[in-house]
Amino acid sequence: MLSEPLLGDEVVARAALDAGLRGAYSYPGTPATELLEYLQGSAEVAKGEVHASWSANEKVALEEALGHSLAGYRALVAMKHVGLNVALDPFVSSALTGSNGGFLVVVADDPGMHSSQNEQDSRVLAEFAGIPCLEPAEHQELYEAVQEGFSLSEDFRVPVMLRLTTRLAHCRAQVHRREPQPPRARRPLPERFEDWILLPVNARRRLGRLLETREKLMAHFDERAVSEVQEGVPGPLGVIAAGLGYAYFREHYPDPGSCPPHLHVRRYPLAPGALRALARKVDEVLVLEDGSPYVERALSGLLADPRVRVRGKLSGDLPRTGELTPELVGRALGFEGVPSRGPSMPLPGRPPSLCKGCGHADLFKALTEVRREFPGLFVTGDIGCYTLGALPPYQALQTCVAMGASIGMARGMADAGVLPVVAVLGESTFAHSGIPALLSALRGQVPMTVIILDNAAVAMTGGQQSLLSGEALLNLLAGLGVDPEHLHSLLPRPQDHAANVEVLRKALRHQGLSVVVAARECLQAARRRKRGLA
Amino acid sequence: MNETIELILCGVGGQGILSVAQVLTLTAAEHGLACKQSEVHGMSQRGGTVQAHVRLARGIIHSPLIPAGRAELVVGLEPLETLRHLHFLKPGGTVVSSTVTVENLAEYPERDLVLAELERWPRHSLLDAEALAREAGNPRTQSTVLVGAVSPFLPFDVPLYLDVLERMFGSKGQALVEANRAAFALGRQHSLEVLSELR
Ligand SMILES: Cc1ncc(C[n+]2csc(CCOP(=O)(O)OP(=O)(O)O)c2C)c(N)n1
Repeated sequence: MLSEPLLGDEVVARAALDAGLRGAYSYPGTPATELLEYLQGSAEVAKGEVHASWSANEKVALEEALGHSLAGYRALVAMKHVGLNVALDPFVSSALTGSNGGFLVVVADDPGMHSSQNEQDSRVLAEFAGIPCLEPAEHQELYEAVQEGFSLSEDFRVPVMLRLTTRLAHCRAQVHRREPQPPRARRPLPERFEDWILLPVNARRRLGRLLETREKLMAHFDERAVSEVQEGVPGPLGVIAAGLGYAYFREHYPDPGSCPPHLHVRRYPLAPGALRALARKVDEVLVLEDGSPYVERALSGLLADPRVRVRGKLSGDLPRTGELTPELVGRALGFEGVPSRGPSMPLPGRPPSLCKGCGHADLFKALTEVRREFPGLFVTGDIGCYTLGALPPYQALQTCVAMGASIGMARGMADAGVLPVVAVLGESTFAHSGIPALLSALRGQVPMTVIILDNAAVAMTGGQQSLLSGEALLNLLAGLGVDPEHLHSLLPRPQDHAANVEVLRKALRHQGLSVVVAARECLQAARRRKRGLA
Repeated sequence: MNETIELILCGVGGQGILSVAQVLTLTAAEHGLACKQSEVHGMSQRGGTVQAHVRLARGIIHSPLIPAGRAELVVGLEPLETLRHLHFLKPGGTVVSSTVTVENLAEYPERDLVLAELERWPRHSLLDAEALAREAGNPRTQSTVLVGAVSPFLPFDVPLYLDVLERMFGSKGQALVEANRAAFALGRQHSLEVLSELR
């Protein structure tokens, strides 16, 4: 059955549903967001057969999915690459507990940083935890990989990572679907709960088991990969291509009969036998992979053959940063690019900007005005639509590092005597990782101001519903112990400008900790809500 | 025959470039072609540069991206963005672009210079998508005007497009479907006239 054109993220969701998924959890983040959105729009979720919900952050999402797997059902968690940093603690330990129902950790990397604060390669973290990782090159392979991932997880009792990159996650194509399976029957709960109680005595035993499992997996993968080494047209150059690197390679050799000797890497841990078998046929290998030179680095140890020259990102044949492109791969393979011509006039860039009429802009205008009265005022920022306030015309923020970091960094600056200091973050970012930071600043009685922009939506990633907004947010702040005298609310809109400046002035003058909640619904979310009602 | 068609679609976040892409790929699928369509989501959708790579073919499509100098068509909802993506065009390729500027940047170049630069490309169909959308009865059908303007350069039959528009907008009322059909027809008419001069 041929599907409609689906984004890579949606292919994962579709394939998981077809494979009998029972529960999925996620926190939004480009390029992974559309996975859970697709599930939430699916008939299976509407009928109540499958559970799919947004979590407060990726750590929580991973733990929820792990619980679902422990309960005996097929489960997945989806996130962008930096989300895995947030979830790293339970992620690494889940390799020790292992899975019960098939457990897929779907991570979408963003080489080239289209919508991210850094570039990192999740394959490294799969290896760090000691779990297998699947990396498909195109949509049909992606569909199959989801099914394989669940089976591997159940057969080997480990979580399995599925690694996507932006161009796969956000490319649309049709896939051939298999006959959908209903959610799998529940597997019985584990007989030995000691496996899930990671006290040192148990964890040591589990680590031994994990290492054994890894050996078995490697042998399993190697057996398959050895048969996948492609003889191709004999020549001095061999190609080892992973993920999109393989798609770009085949773009230059559409006829399978014309390819040089090559190996398509789809699974990690790497298959040493297959890699050596390829290397024996050639004088040099070109490694094509998106992200870090992960395979390239591993090769020098695995091949242990000084005769074979390894080319890739470390050798300078491909750039060390950014994403692969068909042009870059073509050049590394020795193809001439097609000459192309752009316009002769210089073109100014068009950076993203806040929507016309956005409440964030009104808050930044008020902040800019009071700023004149507080020379030396430092403003730590955070991640969301409001990060655009760091750009002209506002230039209101001086940092943007990690979700929730505005509060911790502001406290650190205050402790170091940089005063006054203000942290600015959105309500979803606050719920994600700002709460512990605020708790610690409150207990430390740190003189600082926290401005929470509550637009009742996770706007930057497409307007998902916030878990903590309005009354609930104010109640939480009061409950944490924010002094009611210094807990302010304001409505960021043009006609309230003077009053808002006054509120900020008051908050900044306070010698202790003050919190300002600027609450106005995201324009786009409001528009969607009204359209939904109409 | 190994029919392969490659298009770059571009515009400003929020203009609806992804819905242009959607209509084209769904229509191509009806025509029996496989598609790969790379989209930009996230940050740049907030008023930044947005592009989509659309590759259509009878057989397997490997790369999600179109290499520079390979696209038959560069299709833009905003003229400066169209210029920005011209290096994707292959020699003899065609530019289809709205002339309506979105000037949400500090120093937007002079509009006449931008349009003059576009007109230097031998094959182009430039149109005021906003005016045509208004004429079609709904100013929000600019992206469908553009679909209509691309259609004469593609091998798909008109009814296929109209079916897709019906499928996409049918649930939102017949008036919207009619406006989109009208928008499609106006865009198509414009390019047909341009084509008759090109020949
Ligand atoms: C660890 C991590 N997870 C997810 C993201 C993706 N992301 C960027 S901003 C944002 C949330 C923004 O929501 P909010 O704080 O409410 O601000 P708004 O965009 O609504 O102004 C998310 C989820 C990220 N950058 N890092």
